[in-house]
Amino acid sequence: MIDQLYEQQTPILEVRDLLVQFGAQRVLRGINLSIPAGQTLVLLGESGCGKTVLLKTMIGLIPPTSGKIIFDQQDINELNERDLSQLRLRFGYVFQNAALFDSMTIAQNVAFPLAQHTRLPAAQIRELVLSRLAEVGLPHNVIYKKPAELSGGMRKRVGLARALIMNPELILYDEPTTGLDPIMSDVINQLILRTRRKSPVTSIVVTHSMDTARRVPDRIVMLYPSMRLDPDEPQIVFDGSPLELEQSPDRRVRQFVNGEAGQRLMEMITESN
Amino acid sequence: MASAPSAAADPQSERPGPVTQFADWLANWGQLVLDTLVAFGDFSLFFVRTLVWLFTRFPRWETLWPNFHQVGVSSLPVIALTGTFIGMVLAVQSYFQFRQLGLETRLGGVINLTLVRELGPVLAATMLAGRVGSAMAAELGTMRVTEQIDALAAMGANPIRYLVVPRFLACLVLIPTLTIMADFMGVAGGHFYSVIVLQIDSHHYWFNSAQFVGNYDLFVGIFKSLFFGAAISMVACYQGFHCSAGAEGVGRAATASFVYAFVSILVLDLFLGIALDAIYFTYNPEGSQLL
Repeated sequence: MIDQLYEQQTPILEVRDLLVQFGAQRVLRGINLSIPAGQTLVLLGESGCGKTVLLKTMIGLIPPTSGKIIFDQQDINELNERDLSQLRLRFGYVFQNAALFDSMTIAQNVAFPLAQHTRLPAAQIRELVLSRLAEVGLPHNVIYKKPAELSGGMRKRVGLARALIMNPELILYDEPTTGLDPIMSDVINQLILRTRRKSPVTSIVVTHSMDTARRVPDRIVMLYPSMRLDPDEPQIVFDGSPLELEQSPDRRVRQFVNGEAGQRLMEMITESN
Repeated sequence: MASAPSAAADPQSERPGPVTQFADWLANWGQLVLDTLVAFGDFSLFFVRTLVWLFTRFPRWETLWPNFHQVGVSSLPVIALTGTFIGMVLAVQSYFQFRQLGLETRLGGVINLTLVRELGPVLAATMLAGRVGSAMAAELGTMRVTEQIDALAAMGANPIRYLVVPRFLACLVLIPTLTIMADFMGVAGGHFYSVIVLQIDSHHYWFNSAQFVGNYDLFVGIFKSLFFGAAISMVACYQGFHCSAGAEGVGRAATASFVYAFVSILVLDLFLGIALDAIYFTYNPEGSQLL
């Protein structure tokens, strides 16, 4: 179904035969993904399966051991530092803990990409900042505050406003609802959906929240930890729609969807001994 | 009653033979040498990338001023104070030995030459490494741990250009001025203790100073400080950028920054001292008239 919806489109991002290894530890191996423009993809998987590493590899923050990341027909690992910096202006990245600059005010944080890459007058930058903050439901009086003065949910929304300020073509969300209460998690899910509705942006959402996985995406890709697999087993254990995920017969997918530990605790205790 | 496990019964716990022990020892040393070489290569690459960004795209003024203020203005009082006390300590330590030889008036030459050539630049650099270098490593380390450096890169702002180049420039440009301040206050402190407290004749004190301390000595001290400033900033930024996760990682980066910067200052001081003396004696084969 997903293939039918997007088969006519050229992929905006492709991951080809990706291998990411830290020392002797293979975090990602044999990853192949093709993401059409406009798609909202959720990367699902348990903690430590390499979701965030995959997201950071997609934007060139972690270099792959081998394999390619093709964005708009350019291999991002073949670009020099300056060209890569320019290309990243087409990306928005919402970090897990917002990663706001704690020495700057909220206004300076949201305005940072504009101040760095445009010559817009200060008044226009301020207007854009206020409108982006309003879109994520933050009042005007937060602009003079420092990130430490805001709650976790507010910081995440500021992070989203900052990621959206340059009108990116591809937004990468790294665990956007982790650490938030159920209501604020739903607010973030709604913001992701609203962002998608307002512009033809491509979104990749890394999460282990089934709530986000059920509500937000067109497509779900589920990763499984490399160390728990046999060498010839693929690391992507599911690729399909949210409905197909619910009906998947795969034991590992079912275990995750239903939130069942199974024999995992006993395995961990045995390993630690 | 539970009995203690017997080591002899377990073949796994048998001690390896001398050949295996030697092979292990050799492998450990080999690994250490390899790791050191890789770290040195990585550091050199980091330095080259900083220079490339410095000469291709100059950083914005708004990123420079806070660093210049932190390195220059904020360090001035502590460096002035250190310089003053070192000048006085030199007078205290040298006075009795020189008096035994009847050479008290030579104190001016000894104190001021030591200050201008060695202690001024080395102490200014040490204070900068402790006060500014560690703070830089901790700040950048925290930014690394909280993904702020990744956020910069993700927004198309190169972290080397935005964070490292301004700190490098601030240290490089301002350390000569801090050295001059340390020299000046040291000279003043030495004069105060020698002339006011120890009652050494002021005229002879300054006459001997003028005889011993030349322009080249002043140049040597300030020239060396440029290398110290570069080393302090690069070591601090490198440690911050390569900080490991958590509060412990940030603390370790700050400590390592000071230790490596201090060692670098002393090693550079030795080799620059030898090189600058060699240059001086190449152009003045007969050396100083007084030495």
